[in-house]
Formats: sequence, structure tokens, C-alpha cells
Amino acid sequence: MSEAPVNPPVHAHAAVESLGGGLATPWDEALLAVTLFAVDPVGCGGIRLHSMAGPVRDRWLAYLAASLPDDQPPRRIPIGISDDRLLGGLDLPATLKAGKPVARIGLLAESDGGVLLLSMAERVEPNVAARLAATLDTGEVLAEREGLTFRSPARLGIVALDESGEGDDPVAEGLSDRLAFQLDLRAISHRDAPESEPDADEIRAARALVSQVRVSDEQVQAAVLTAVSLGIASLRAPMQVLKVARCAAALDGRTEVDSDDMVAAVRMVLGPRATRIPEPPPPEEDEEDEPPPPPEDEPPPEEPEQQDDPPSLEDILLEAAKAAIPPGLLAQLQSAERQRRQSRAGKAGANAPTKGRGRPIGVRAGALRPGVRLNLIATLRTAAPWQTVRRRSLEANLTSGRELPPIMVRPEDFRITRFRKRKPTTTIFVVDASGSAAMARLAEAKGAVELLLAESYVRRDHVALVSFRGKEAEILLPPTRSLVRAKRSLSALPGGGGTPLAAGIHMATQVAESVSHHGETPVLVFLTDGRANVKLDGTGGRAQAHEEALRESRRILEHGFMAVMIDMGQRPDPKAAEIALAMGARYLPLPYADSRTISEAAKNAAGPLSGGAGSASGRSR
Amino acid sequence: MVKNTPNAEGRSKERGPVFPFSAIVGQDEMRTALLIAAVDPAIGGVMVFGDRGTGKSTSVRGLAALLPMMSVVHGCPYNCDPEGDLSQCPVCCLDESGTQPRAVDTTPVPVVDLPLGATEDRVVGALDLERALTRGEKAFEPGLLARANRGFLYIDEVNLLEDHLVDLLLDVAASGVNVVEREGLSIRHPAKFVLIGSGNPEEGELRPQLLDRFGLSVEVSTPTDLRVRIDVVRRRDEFENDPAAYVAKWADDDAAVRQQLLRGKEMLHSVEVPDDILEQAAKLCISLGTDGLRGELTLMRAARALAALRGDSVVTLAHLREVAPSCLRHRLRRDPLDESGSTTRVERAMEEILGS
Repeated sequence: MSEAPVNPPVHAHAAVESLGGGLATPWDEALLAVTLFAVDPVGCGGIRLHSMAGPVRDRWLAYLAASLPDDQPPRRIPIGISDDRLLGGLDLPATLKAGKPVARIGLLAESDGGVLLLSMAERVEPNVAARLAATLDTGEVLAEREGLTFRSPARLGIVALDESGEGDDPVAEGLSDRLAFQLDLRAISHRDAPESEPDADEIRAARALVSQVRVSDEQVQAAVLTAVSLGIASLRAPMQVLKVARCAAALDGRTEVDSDDMVAAVRMVLGPRATRIPEPPPPEEDEEDEPPPPPEDEPPPEEPEQQDDPPSLEDILLEAAKAAIPPGLLAQLQSAERQRRQSRAGKAGANAPTKGRGRPIGVRAGALRPGVRLNLIATLRTAAPWQTVRRRSLEANLTSGRELPPIMVRPEDFRITRFRKRKPTTTIFVVDASGSAAMARLAEAKGAVELLLAESYVRRDHVALVSFRGKEAEILLPPTRSLVRAKRSLSALPGGGGTPLAAGIHMATQVAESVSHHGETPVLVFLTDGRANVKLDGTGGRAQAHEEALRESRRILEHGFMAVMIDMGQRPDPKAAEIALAMGARYLPLPYADSRTISEAAKNAAGPLSGGAGSASGRSR
Repeated sequence: MVKNTPNAEGRSKERGPVFPFSAIVGQDEMRTALLIAAVDPAIGGVMVFGDRGTGKSTSVRGLAALLPMMSVVHGCPYNCDPEGDLSQCPVCCLDESGTQPRAVDTTPVPVVDLPLGATEDRVVGALDLERALTRGEKAFEPGLLARANRGFLYIDEVNLLEDHLVDLLLDVAASGVNVVEREGLSIRHPAKFVLIGSGNPEEGELRPQLLDRFGLSVEVSTPTDLRVRIDVVRRRDEFENDPAAYVAKWADDDAAVRQQLLRGKEMLHSVEVPDDILEQAAKLCISLGTDGLRGELTLMRAARALAALRGDSVVTLAHLREVAPSCLRHRLRRDPLDESGSTTRVERAMEEILGS
């Protein structure tokens, strides 16, 4: 796995200390995470490794494999794994041969005590993520499948290989929340990632010791307080801090956690999860010029029993975690947090089975009706164990001379293939909230969007909201099925400022691209007066802004996205019509329309939108 | 390695120690709702919505560990009550031979986990594969619904359950009877259970039809109080260090909850529900426009069960007020454009009708 020039084995606890001293490189830190994880994979839950495939990740994975016991190399969970393989099921050949049911255990149970690698973790189906999460929680697999009940231990750690890029969904939160470490190797060049070998003896010794390591009550408090100060809501995070700190102590051969261990653990576990920079207790630090105020629903981190002279553990830990927060984060914190909260909305059910079309996602029992597809293998599999019984019961009342067919298949054996739902539609509303003519009609536009939202809700479509005003465009709401959220972000939409139409179209196209990348059909609905006066770079200039808007519009045409442009101006504007033409959109000048008319028009224009015949009983406001 | 247990014996294979119910910090609404459902199973189950890591599963598993024992007919796979009507049970009714008393076992009230990825045959029951293969016999092997009879059926991540299983569960939960037609066998058996579901609404909403079938719906969130948070982490840490010792430490408290449950069950039917309380409940439902009578009925039952749990012999307005959000918040007519959450709407109505 690793050849000639190799760095000497890293003495793991020395790495813990150098981390506290700020001497560690990101690569050192990534390797230290492996070492700590290898001490107690089950306790730590796992690692979310954000990295594209490449030499850096390969080296990291090799280091991981070398850190784990030889008899339990990490195993890979392929994307799209079936329940049968994951949880286990009936081993049909063995069953028929033995004449009694034989279970075949799944990958989870097979990996008991080991580590699983989850490929392309960001693409994992929600139900697979949920099964993994349940296994991490209970440490066992409980399966009720195919005539068998089995419960087998599955205490394991999961390394989620996150290859998501910009605009992709993050790894299912239910899963990543259970993984103590969040590593990002994307910024590490392979030159900065020398190969090295773990100190296997040290890890082995620590594995034996870790269950005896104790944390003090003060350390428990410090972990919780630090997590709160960093705006981390999940209670799993502080618990993971304690687990990781234990691993660090065990590596050093101690059974008491010390503050170095805590510093390392907080840095690695809480740093990447921080959603806000804590307020500096005394206003001495000059680094953060404007720390975002803490949300009012959370009590401020009260430093209990102020003992000023030696810095309290919480303060030390906070400093450590702050040091681990990437510098660029400060500026993006708020929008990042908003996206984090919204990104997963309404994902389940996207693969609700329908008959006949789409990607097969499994097999279920069912009657043969027109349109369903029989899964022959699964049907025969189902029928196979019952052949003796059937033969026996039929032979009893068989009229002589007639013969039984070689295989007896009954209707209840029929297994039909389930397909992923037809491509769901995502309607992207692009709302012009500028101060120009649209301003007067913003209320109507909102009303129209609300009506359409209600409509989409009935049909379980996804919606997204993009708005543009002032100098730039903004994704108010990434694709979601949650009507409440859509509604909330819409009503909070302010108006005023210039009309950066090009930026709005650009942003909308990006959202549409991401939607179609996920196998869904985007429909763009623009509500604007088409009077662009702000350029992509944020400066003014009517003519150029219009040119840019036209250029952006052509990209929509190139993609062939379905689009509607509703002109909300007081008078229909030829410029708006020109832009609509450029993007291949239906152009609907609605100078005197109210929200209901706009919504009707949008429904009729975008084909899929008119799918739901029973219109929602929405009301305009 | 695999415990191959084709004949249902899930209950006997208990997991290791579970986190004690009484040691759960906060989350009072959820814990009360679970206890109410345990006192009066007719309420129709509990749906728990909440963020990740708020102790949804922990509470249900904790409840399972402290439920009192119950008497069952010896050898009956459906946990039949020896005192009850046995004519519905395919096993017990065959044994109507003599007048001699049946052998009776005592077992803990079952709490059956419906694991993700369960196949339909294991949920409803199917032919016994082993007997079919080894002896060529047709015999019914009861599934999870049979095991859950007179107990609880717990589904984590309900919103990830496949639609056809959801439909099936709803059907059985409503009728209390499971009907299986397989391989020329026709089996009906009692399947009365309290359905407990949990899920995270951010990962997909639940179909309204399913939601409405749950008697109570509670929302849990991660505690924001620092002291509570520290307590949660501390207790969890202590438990994980030495589960057995921790369970022993809380055994008395769990026993107290068990006593409370037993007492509540006993006095449930003697609790008086005054007319004016019924009237207030009706007014509340009307003002919220909850569909159907189910809301009112649940409200009355839940208030009564709460009174019984608290050892009160008469239902008061305070009981009503405490249970109203859980009883009604999931029954409000869906107004997709209403700004406020359903809990707020219930509270607002309570203030108007019941006074604050």
C-alpha cells in the first residue's frame, strides 16, 4: 500500500499536543482524526470525509486501513446497495439445499467490529442513510425479512466519502450528525500530504484502554457549553467531544482525560460544525470586527462562577475551536447556516415508487396489473421454497393421468419491480423585488407565488425561490417541499433597489442546473418587469444590463429548460418580451392582473404545472 | 453469528440495558403522551416529531423496559388475555375443549420495533418457511403485528416507511384485526396495538391520512437550557460507561413510574369527566375547525387518562389544557398559507375558549 520513502510513524499523542500548540498542518490533523477514530470507531461513530477522489484521499484511506486491526480492513458500501445486501435476507440456494431456512447476513452484520466506507455519501438514498443511522445508534441489525427474523451485532464505524461539489446536496444530516469527525481534504495538495504510517502498537494499546478512560464533570460541562457557544444545536456533538477526548487520553496511556485531550477533541469535533463565532468575552480581540449576535432563543454562554485568573476550561476550548474554524467562514456563516437548515427539506418521498417508469429501486409483492413489470427472478425465488408444500397438497386431489407442472407459481408469489417516481418537477420562482415598476406589484407577485405554492404542495412538487434586487440575486429557498418554509421566506422578502436581472437569471439557471442534475425537471417562472438596470458586477448601466440579461437568458434556451416570463410592469415592455424570447420562455404581459390571474397564467404556460386538476383552495392576500 | 430465529422470539432476545425512562431529562410532553397512551390504549397511538438526537427512540425503548407485566394464555402467539374474548384468536379458540382453566404466563407488555427495511411477510405474518421446507406442512407463522398485540408497535422514521406498509398498518390499527390470505390459508387474528411513530419533519412530511390516525402528536426539540443540556450529556455519558449500574441506579424511579401506570390503568374508568369539561372540549374543537369527532373524543380520553395518571378522580380544565396541544395540533385543517405553527393556533384557541 505504501512504498519506499515513508515518514517515520507518527507518535499519536505528540500529534494531539502539537494540535493544541497550533503546529499541526491540515494533513497532520486529518491523520490524527484517523488515529483517534481507529481507537474507538464505534464510539466516534465515524468520519465524514469531504474530498474528491484522488491521491490525497487514497493516501488518507491507506492510512486508515493501516490504522485498523489487520483482520478487519475497512469495507465499502456500494452506492445503491439493496436492503438484501445491507441488512441480510434469505439465502435461497443454501435454503433449498439444506431443506431449512438459512439466513445470509448483510454487509452491516458482516462488518461488526469494523469500519464501513460509504462511497458517494452525498448520493445515498434517504432510506439507506436511515438504516445506517439506526445501526450506529443501536449497534446491531434487526431485520424482519423474507420469513426470517434476525438480530445480529453490528457495532461499527462509518467513513462517509463525501464527494459533493458546489450546489450538490450535503450528506444526509441524520447520518453526518452521528459521525464525530468532519474532515475536508479538498484544500490539501498531494505535495502537502506525505505518506506516513500509523503507530499500530500504540493504537492497539489505546483500543484496549479506551473503555476505562473517565471524563470529569467539569469536562462534561465544558463540552456542552462550548458547543452552545459555537451555535451547535445537536447534543450529539458534545457527547462526541467526550468520546474523542477519551481516545486521545487512551493514546497517551492515561485513564483520565486532560485538557490537551479536550482541546484536540473540541477542535476536531466542534470546529467544523460551528455555526457562529462566539462573542469574545472581553472585547480585546480585534480579529472579528463584527461577531454575529447570538440567536435570542439561546442563552448567552454564561461563564459560570467567574474565576478570572486561570482561564477556565471552556475558554481554552473555545479558543481551540475558534482556531479550527476556517478563516473564510466568518463572512459566510449566516448564509451557510441557513442553507444547512434548509437543504434537506422534503427529500424523502422523492423516490416514492410508481409503476412502470424510472429507475428500478426494488421489488415488492403485488398483483399483476396493467403497467406493472413482473420481476421473474424474484418471483421464482419467492415460489421456490414452497414447491414441496404445493406439490403435496395438489397431489392429494389430483385426478389420475394429469401431471403437475414442474414449477408451481401462485399469484401471491408475484414480485413486481418498483420504480423511482417519474421525474418530479421543481418550480423555481424568480421574483424581481427591485424598486422599479415591479415594486408596486410585488404584493401581487407574492400572492401569485403563494397560490402556486399551494398548488405545488397538493401535487408534492418541489419549489425553490430566487429573488433579485439591489446589486445581486439570492437563493431565498433551495428546492424544498416544505410549504411553510417557502411561505416564510417569501413573506420576509423585502423590496427596493435596482434590477439586476442578469444576476437573477444567472442564479436561477444555476438552481435549474442543479435540479436537473438530480434527475428532476426544473420549471422556471420569472416575475419581473424586464427593465434591467444593474449589471452582473453590481454597477449600474441600463443598456449593458439588458445585454447581459439577454446573454444569460440564452443559457436557459441552450439547456432547454421550460420557462415562463410574467411581465409585471405597469405597461408591457418590449425589453421583457425580448428577454423572454431569448430564453425561449412563454411571455405573458399582465399589466393589470391580480395574483390569481398571474397564477392561472403560470399554470397554463408551464405544462407540468397544470397537472393537478383539482386546484388548491388557496386565497390571495 | 446469526441468530436465525424463524419462529418469532424477538421479545425474548432483549437487547442489552436500555437508558432508563425516568432518567430522561426534560421532554415532558413526549413522556406524558407515551404514558397516556399506555394508560388508555384506545387513544390511538403517539406520533413524535423532532430533531435529531432528542431522545425519541430512547424514550420509547425506555418505556418498553418499565411497562408492567401482563397475563397471556400459555403458548398463544398473539398474547391473548386469558380473561378476554378468546373466540377471535385462531389458536385459543381451537382449545375450547374443557372448562379447566388455561395455563397462564406472565410476560412484559410487548414493544415491537418495526425495523426499517422489514418485508411485508414479516409484518403481517406468512407461512412458516421452516415447516414448509422440512416437513412440507402449511403453517402460519405470525408476524410483527401478532407479536405487538396488546402492546406497542414502534416505527422509527415513519416518513421513510413504504406506502404500502403504511396503508397496511393503518388498516390493521383501525380494525384491531389482521387478516392474512396466503397459500390457501386464511387467518384472522387479533392485532390491537398502540402505534408509536417517530420522525423528523425536515426529512419529508407525513401523509395527512396517516397523521390523523395517531391519537396524540408531540413535537420535541433539542433543549436550549444550558443546565438541561449538561444534564443530558452527563447522564448519557454515565450510562454508556456502565449501563448496568446506571440502570440499577434508576430502578427505583422506573418502578415508581410503573406503579403510576398501574394505578392509572386501574382508576381510568372511574375518573369522572364533568359535563362542562366536555362542553369546553367541544367548543375548543369547533373553534379550531378540527375535522370529525375524533379530536373531541381523543381530547376527552387523553384528559381522563392524564387525570388517572396523576391520581385525580375528576378531570379538570388543567388536564384538558395540558393535553389539548398533543391531541389537536395534527388535526387542524391544513391551511397552507397560515403563518403560525399549529401549536400556536391551538394555544391561541385555548386562550380564547378556556381563558388563560
